[in-house]
Amino acid sequence: MAVGKEIRTKINSVKNTQKITSAMEMVAASKLRKTQDRMKAAKPYAEGIRRVIGHLSQASPDFHNPYLEERKIKRIGYIVVTSDRGLCGSLNVNLFRALLNDISEWQKKGVEVDLCLLGAKGVAFFRRLKTNIVSVATHLGDMPKMEDLIGPITSMTEAYKEETIDRLFLAHNVFVNTMIQTPDIRTLLPVEPVGADDLQEHWDYIYEPDASDLLTNVLTRYVEAQVYRAVVENIACEMASKMVAMKSATDNAGKFVDRLQLAYNKARQAAITQEISEIVGGAAAV
Amino acid sequence: MASIHVDIVSAEGEIFSGEAEMVFAPGQLGEIGIAPRHAPLLTDLKPGEVRVQTSEGEEQFFYVSGGILEIQPQLVTVLADSALRAEDLDEAAALEARERAREALEGRHGEIDLEQAQRDLVEAEARYRAAENLKGRR
Repeated sequence: MAVGKEIRTKINSVKNTQKITSAMEMVAASKLRKTQDRMKAAKPYAEGIRRVIGHLSQASPDFHNPYLEERKIKRIGYIVVTSDRGLCGSLNVNLFRALLNDISEWQKKGVEVDLCLLGAKGVAFFRRLKTNIVSVATHLGDMPKMEDLIGPITSMTEAYKEETIDRLFLAHNVFVNTMIQTPDIRTLLPVEPVGADDLQEHWDYIYEPDASDLLTNVLTRYVEAQVYRAVVENIACEMASKMVAMKSATDNAGKFVDRLQLAYNKARQAAITQEISEIVGGAAAV
Repeated sequence: MASIHVDIVSAEGEIFSGEAEMVFAPGQLGEIGIAPRHAPLLTDLKPGEVRVQTSEGEEQFFYVSGGILEIQPQLVTVLADSALRAEDLDEAAALEARERAREALEGRHGEIDLEQAQRDLVEAEARYRAAENLKGRR
């Protein structure tokens, strides 16, 4: 009996899709756990470098370093961290929306904008807009390497040192928990002064070779560590968001299959009823 | 016996954390030996070995490709670089990132493999040069 063949085919195809989305959900869940570990692994370095900067600012607070000084703002730069792949809900879109608001406010004040994009989705989005893209890094993978990030970061920090840009922002998603990821934009350069904690009496380091070079080195690494952390955190966000998106896709596919199954059953029942009534009608005619 | 706390960390993870009797590190101006209650000191590291002598008399070796060394009387922090760094290497990487931006803007997709291969070659050359320089400086 050929009743509802189209519906049966459709049911099978939806079921296949459901299998794929539920597999993707599980993959995202396991990757999320790994990235969260990596976020934790990056923490000691960030804390260490923060502590050194704190000590430094306490040891000799009268530093002059371009990384620490506020300038009049004529042009700004953004380092934008996005995911490389889609299928992760509204993660990137939310970030773009927040970023575009921010950018248009600056542009109203007559400030020009440079962009450094980390992640393929950001490139695809900003290519269509008339913005000035300075540097790009894509396909960083699930385990980003510092090496791959140094290039784009250097292109922005150099621009800051040469006073091409007067302020550098970092835009990425913050991992609140598995359900919530919020877009965040904050200042990378100039580095905000870090308060030192414990040591009270006055003292100073022995510097080898000299203080200002070292400070530049430390601050550069501080910026890099923050960007690295943002990239890792954004991957965690991507995985969490993907997990949730794929879960709801799987659920929706389930509902869809139920509806199709109902339609199929009704069609089948209608066909049987019609056949019976035809037989009965035929018998009555004889 | 006095001891000093040692943390060796890189951006990609913690490498070592523990107590030590003596630490040796490849400072920019020569190898530094650090005993407990060393004066506060801040220096760059050259690529090389950090040696940690633990209180059990064991010695552990860690390779660092550069970084920053901070010494406090009771605490040694090695902020190790997770990548080989040199001025020209960083510049090459920055140029490469700019180049990629231009390509992305032009929306070119053809000949990716050839370009990728050429870029890899340039990168390998730059890396090799940097390595030679670092060796020469030592």
